[in-house]
Amino acid sequence: MNFGKQFKEGVITNNPVLVQLLGMCSTMAITTSIMNGLGMGVSVLIILTASNIAISAIRKIVPNKIRIAMYIVVVAGFVTCVDLLLQAFLPAIASSLGVFIPLIVVNCIILGRAESFASKESIGASAVDGICQGIGYTLVLLAMCIVRELLGAGTLAGVQIMPSGYQTIGVLTLPVGGFMVLGALIAAMQWALNRPKKAAKEEK
Amino acid sequence: MKEIFSIALGAILVNNFIFSQFLGICPFMGVSKKVDTAVGMGVAVTFVMGLASAFTWLANEFLLVPLKLEYMQTVAFILIIAALVQFVEMFLQKSLPALYTALGIYLPLITTNCAVLGVALLNVQNGYNFIESVVYGITGGLGFLLAIVLFASIRERTVFADPPKAFEGFPIALVTAGLMALAFMGFSGANVFG
Repeated sequence: MNFGKQFKEGVITNNPVLVQLLGMCSTMAITTSIMNGLGMGVSVLIILTASNIAISAIRKIVPNKIRIAMYIVVVAGFVTCVDLLLQAFLPAIASSLGVFIPLIVVNCIILGRAESFASKESIGASAVDGICQGIGYTLVLLAMCIVRELLGAGTLAGVQIMPSGYQTIGVLTLPVGGFMVLGALIAAMQWALNRPKKAAKEEK
Repeated sequence: MKEIFSIALGAILVNNFIFSQFLGICPFMGVSKKVDTAVGMGVAVTFVMGLASAFTWLANEFLLVPLKLEYMQTVAFILIIAALVQFVEMFLQKSLPALYTALGIYLPLITTNCAVLGVALLNVQNGYNFIESVVYGITGGLGFLLAIVLFASIRERTVFADPPKAFEGFPIALVTAGLMALAFMGFSGANVFG
């Protein structure tokens, strides 16, 4: 287990959103401004790392039959902590993310990593996995936010970036934009991941 | 009555869970390759959303609020939903085996459907009373059913289409869903009851 390999997996080759296709609800719903994306990404990163560590630590004593229920309770505990912390220290972000913070409990990325990684690997590797997958998720959120906020509203983090004559593409900030931009990003990812394979085949 | 109607209409069309609130996208994308399975999933979700709204409302009103444990909502609700899904599964297996075999494989998936937890949390956030919560739950489920059945029927046809290589599979489905969301936006002006 080396950090570099896991990092590359989390961010590119096994990206939670673009390749594993998990956690799409939040990806599309909250990526209308870059502050939302950053808040959500960091929250998920923290919860994912913490829950990966906890689940990896208890992996040997959890009976197989009720493991999913136990994972959900562990995750729900961490989500509640983050929810309360956000409400206390960053109320603006907490109110703009709204119901999507508690909904991290049922974000498939977290349960998916718990089931497919943390329940089998050591605590250290699970922590690294949580961080890498969390970074991968955050980067996708930021990419979507930048496209949707910059082109859709002409701003970034509320600051006007585009020249004043810029005609905003308002549709990008609507739900439609979420589906379209994510579709385009996944398509770009599929294109990028398939390209080297083709080149290798042609060489042979 | 007017209130109830506007909640129902809102949940099915105007604020459709899939197309305007982004709740329940995972099953919406995952179980929409065939119309039959989409109908099964939609019915199961509607059923559980109705039940979950009722039970989480009762638990919130009579347990969490009197004990001042509102901050435990997320944990409590997800436990209630998980237990509920388990009971529904056992009940159906015993008494309605035909329905159980039809819905069987979808039931465990519903625990982690964010539309179910979402509706429970939104009920509290919107301050709905018991009847309104149940109506919101059931009609939200019906909105999900409508969306997933329409989407599955389109996907059955797009299988034969020939999109650019990179868009094959998932991306083209997302673009389809985006166009449907655009169509559903047409309802946003609908405000029949003032």
